Amino acid sequence: MQWETVIGLEVHVQLATQSKIFSGASTAFGAEPNTQACAIDLGLPGVLPVLNEGAVAMAVQFGLAINAEIPETSLFERKNYFYPDLPKGYQTSQMAQPIVGKGEVEIVLDDEVRKRIRIHHAHLEEDAGKSLHEDFHGMSGIDLNRAGTPLLEIVSEPDMRSAKEAVAYIRAIHAIVTYLGISDGNMAEGSMRCDVNVSVRPKGQETLGTRAEIKNVNSFRFVERAIEFEVERQIELIEDGGKVVQETRLYDPDQDETRSMRTKEEANDYRYFPCPDLLPVMLDSAYIEHQRATLPELPTEKRHRFETSLGLSAYDAGVLSSTRPMAEYFEAVLAVCGDAKQAANWVQGELSGHLNRENIDISNSPVTPEQLGGLVSRVLDDTINGKAAKQVFAALWNNEGQSADEIIDTRGLKQVTDTGAIEAMIDQVIADSPVQVAQYRDADPEKRGKMIGYFVGQVMKASRGTANPQQVNGLLKQKLDEA
Amino acid sequence: MAIEHADVLRAAHLARLGLNSDAEAAGYVDDLTRILEMVDRLQAVDTNGIAPLSHPLDTTQRLRPDEVTETNQRDAFQACAPETAEGLYLVPRVVE
Repeated sequence: MQWETVIGLEVHVQLATQSKIFSGASTAFGAEPNTQACAIDLGLPGVLPVLNEGAVAMAVQFGLAINAEIPETSLFERKNYFYPDLPKGYQTSQMAQPIVGKGEVEIVLDDEVRKRIRIHHAHLEEDAGKSLHEDFHGMSGIDLNRAGTPLLEIVSEPDMRSAKEAVAYIRAIHAIVTYLGISDGNMAEGSMRCDVNVSVRPKGQETLGTRAEIKNVNSFRFVERAIEFEVERQIELIEDGGKVVQETRLYDPDQDETRSMRTKEEANDYRYFPCPDLLPVMLDSAYIEHQRATLPELPTEKRHRFETSLGLSAYDAGVLSSTRPMAEYFEAVLAVCGDAKQAANWVQGELSGHLNRENIDISNSPVTPEQLGGLVSRVLDDTINGKAAKQVFAALWNNEGQSADEIIDTRGLKQVTDTGAIEAMIDQVIADSPVQVAQYRDADPEKRGKMIGYFVGQVMKASRGTANPQQVNGLLKQKLDEA
Repeated sequence: MAIEHADVLRAAHLARLGLNSDAEAAGYVDDLTRILEMVDRLQAVDTNGIAPLSHPLDTTQRLRPDEVTETNQRDAFQACAPETAEGLYLVPRVVE
C-alpha cells in the first residue's frame, strides 16, 4: 500500500525580551540556579502578573510577518497541571483567543519548489522551570530561572507531507524570528523547541490517521530523523494489523528512535479557564501599525529581490537570504564593490569555504564585508587576477593586512598588463623550454590548445602570479605559432 | 447534568485532592450535583447576541515596559523551602 505522511508542528520560540513575560526578573541564559526567579515566577501568595509590552510587540511583529490577522482582543488562560517545575500549578497561556490568528509561511524545498504552510494561530505563554534528576539522593532538583520566560507557540496546520517539508518549515520559522530579532533561534540552548505531530494514512484517503506527538525535538537534523523513524514505525504497526494510539513520544537521538512517554487522555485534561489575574489585552490599530513600521525586510522578500532586481540565481538568492547575518554581509560587500554576481560568488565561495572549515559564524568572520568588498573591487577593475585575489583573501583572513589595497601593494600582487613586460617573460620561457616548444610546433593544431597550458603556467610562475592570464594566453599563442 | 462517584474521584485526582472515604466522596457527589443544577439554570438563560465575558472588570490589561526590575532574593525565598541544595529546590524525585 502507498502511504501518505501528515505532519503538523508546534514550534515554541523563546522571545528575546530582557525580562519575563509577567515579572521584572531577568531572562539571561546561564545564571546560577534560582537567582532569576522572583516572587511572581515562584507563584508566591499575593503576587500579581503584569504583562510585558516587549513580548506583546514581538508576538505582533511575528503575526504581521506571516500576514496573520491580529485580533483586537486576546485573552490569557490557565492551563492546569501538576509538575514541580511549574510552581503555580498552572501555566499561563492562551487558547480561545490567541494574540496571532491564521497566517501562512512559504517554504522552499531543495528543487526550488515553493509551498505555503498555513499557520493555525500563535499564542503567548510562559515557560516552566527545569528539573534535574541526577545527583540528589533520590530527590529532583528544581531550577526556576526559566519559569516565566516568554514563549511564542506557533501552531501549524497539518500541511506538511514529508520530513523534508517539516525541516524546511522550521528553517523558515527560524529565519523569520531571527530576521525580526524576536528570538536568537538557538536550538541548542532551547530557544526553539518543536513538538511534531505525525500520522500516516493510505494515499488518497481524506480522513487523518491517529497521530503521535513527538515532544521537544531540538535540532533540524533530529526533527528529520524523528519523523522518519516515527513514520516507519506507524506504517509497520498498521501493516502488521496493529493500531496507532494517540500518545506523546520522546525522540532519543542516541538510539535514533521514538519512545512512548504516556498516553494522552488522562494527562490532556488541562481544564483551561480565563486567568482572573490578567485582563483582556486590547491592541488598537495604531499600535499594530506602529509595530508594522518596525518590520525589517523579511527572508522571502529579500530572496525575491535578490533574484529579480539583483539578477542572482534562485539558488544563490536562497543561500544568501537564508539568515539575516548572511544577507547583511552580502549586501555590505555589494555596497562596496557594486557587482552582485561577484559579491555572491565570493561570499558563497572563498568566504563560506573558510568559515565552514574553521566552523566560524559569518557574524564573527575575521574578514569584514568592507575588506571583502575592497578585494572584489580590485578583481573587477583588473588590478589583480583571480589567483592573486585568493592570496589577498588568505592574507585578510589571517589578519596580515588591513585592506586588499595594502596587501596588493606590500606584496606586489598588482596584475602585470604591460605587454612589453609580459612579452619579455614569454621570450624567456620559450628560450628555456626548447623541447616543449619543439613538441608544440610539431603537434596537430587541434592538440595545441591543451599543450599551451604548460607555457601559461611557466609564465604565471615567472610573474609570481601577477600576469594577466588572458594576455599571457594571447601573446603566447602568437609567439609559439609564429615559426 | 448528573455527576457520579467516578467523576468525583477523577476531579479529585486531577486537583490532587485526597479523599479519605467513600462517604466523603458521596458528600461531594451531592454538593457538586447541586452546583451543577445551578449552572444548568444559568445555562437556560438566552444569551444569543451577548459577547462572552472573560473578566468582570470593564477595563483592559496594563502593559509594563520590558525592563529588569527584580534582584536576586534566592536566600530569602529558599529560607522557607523544605529542602535545597546547590541553589536548587529539592522535591521528591519525579521521572516521566
